[in-house]
Amino acid sequence: MSEPFYTIAVTGLNAVDNPGPGVPVVRSLREAQSFGCRIVGLCYEMLEPGAYMKDLVDVCYQVPYPSAGTDVLLVRLKEIQEKEHVDVIIPNFDAELFSYIKLKPDLLRMGIRLFLPSYEQFEARQKYNLADFGASCGLKVPRSFICTSPEEFFKENWDFPVVLKGKFYEAYVVRDKEQFTSIFSRLVSSWGLPAIVQEYVEGTEFNLIGCCDGEGHLLAAVPMRKQYITDKGKAWAGVTIKDAAIVGLAEKFVGEGRWRGAFEMEIIKARNGGDMYILEINPRIPAWVYLATAAGVNIPEMLVHCSLEQPVSPCLDYEVGKMFIRYSWDMVVDQSEFAEFSVTGEKHNRD
Amino acid sequence: MKVNSDIAISQSGYVFNPQTGESFSLNPTAIEVIRMLQDGKRREEIVEEITSRYEVSQSAFLCDLDDFLDMLHQYDMLTNE
Repeated sequence: MSEPFYTIAVTGLNAVDNPGPGVPVVRSLREAQSFGCRIVGLCYEMLEPGAYMKDLVDVCYQVPYPSAGTDVLLVRLKEIQEKEHVDVIIPNFDAELFSYIKLKPDLLRMGIRLFLPSYEQFEARQKYNLADFGASCGLKVPRSFICTSPEEFFKENWDFPVVLKGKFYEAYVVRDKEQFTSIFSRLVSSWGLPAIVQEYVEGTEFNLIGCCDGEGHLLAAVPMRKQYITDKGKAWAGVTIKDAAIVGLAEKFVGEGRWRGAFEMEIIKARNGGDMYILEINPRIPAWVYLATAAGVNIPEMLVHCSLEQPVSPCLDYEVGKMFIRYSWDMVVDQSEFAEFSVTGEKHNRD
Repeated sequence: MKVNSDIAISQSGYVFNPQTGESFSLNPTAIEVIRMLQDGKRREEIVEEITSRYEVSQSAFLCDLDDFLDMLHQYDMLTNE
């Protein structure tokens, strides 16, 4: 019997110093044991490196930024669907998830399936809701303060240092009031109000990639210790570890919240006392997903089956001590490729 | 006192703690000591074996051994079973 073949569209093909998860997601899909696939890249920018990786991506289309609204995105996806007959979309950016959650019924009518959390689940783990969410699930979250002005925070008389986070992205350790005021302004001008202040917990950072079926069952959970961290706080090298307590946090999260889809938990184990705190829960596959694939758990493959409502068995065993070391690589391409993509909004890598 | 059974130690002296993701390099004497701990040898037996094999006084080695054992404890690599 020939293996099934699916057309899968993927976003997040940027592979810069803070890389999107698209390229490692595609790499994992290419290694799927249970199906073959044609990969359609959905790019916001002409220079997203994944668009030029001919061994990985068959064809790319430019799509409008989330800020253009869901109507514009839907029109573009309809045009793409007429040509490509996409079976599944795997969106890989936090900022676009709201649009895809909203468009899910429209996309289903077009024959495109997704496996995403509900809007309520998506909102519950937002940075500004995480403390309440943690309390409801029995997960420890560092003491937090939702901040709309520095003065308001200073009245609370917290000790420094604290961690100051933007509404969507960026986080800084802040050591005094002057630094707080300056970073607050920068974060708010980039990401809007509010900013989030978290108690600074000194300890070791771990990440976990997981996938849940929406019924409270954990399908996959692979924890990783960051071994090399960039100035943006991103892991540039890491190693899979075996820690039942960390996997237990993921079980609590999916059991209580009945999460649907892939997720990443950022965890810190406090140096004093060893308590584990959840720093963030990201509602999508992280950029280090290929480490889990190489360790024996192919979460993008799993997501395709979940999207197509096919039965998926949990895969909770993985190779411990598998490492990844990220690197950058200069691709050289003919300018005509860039020109084709810029002028037509399409880039055909393979027939 | 036992080395945590999850700890992986290569022949070259690379140590990986799968619970924490930490890794270390051991010098040849430390490899010998950790192998003895894995074999269930007690502190006194380790001192006797090392001082009979190398030119080192008991007091000097004991001082180094205790430092090393403290370090292993600190990194959660030893259990007191």
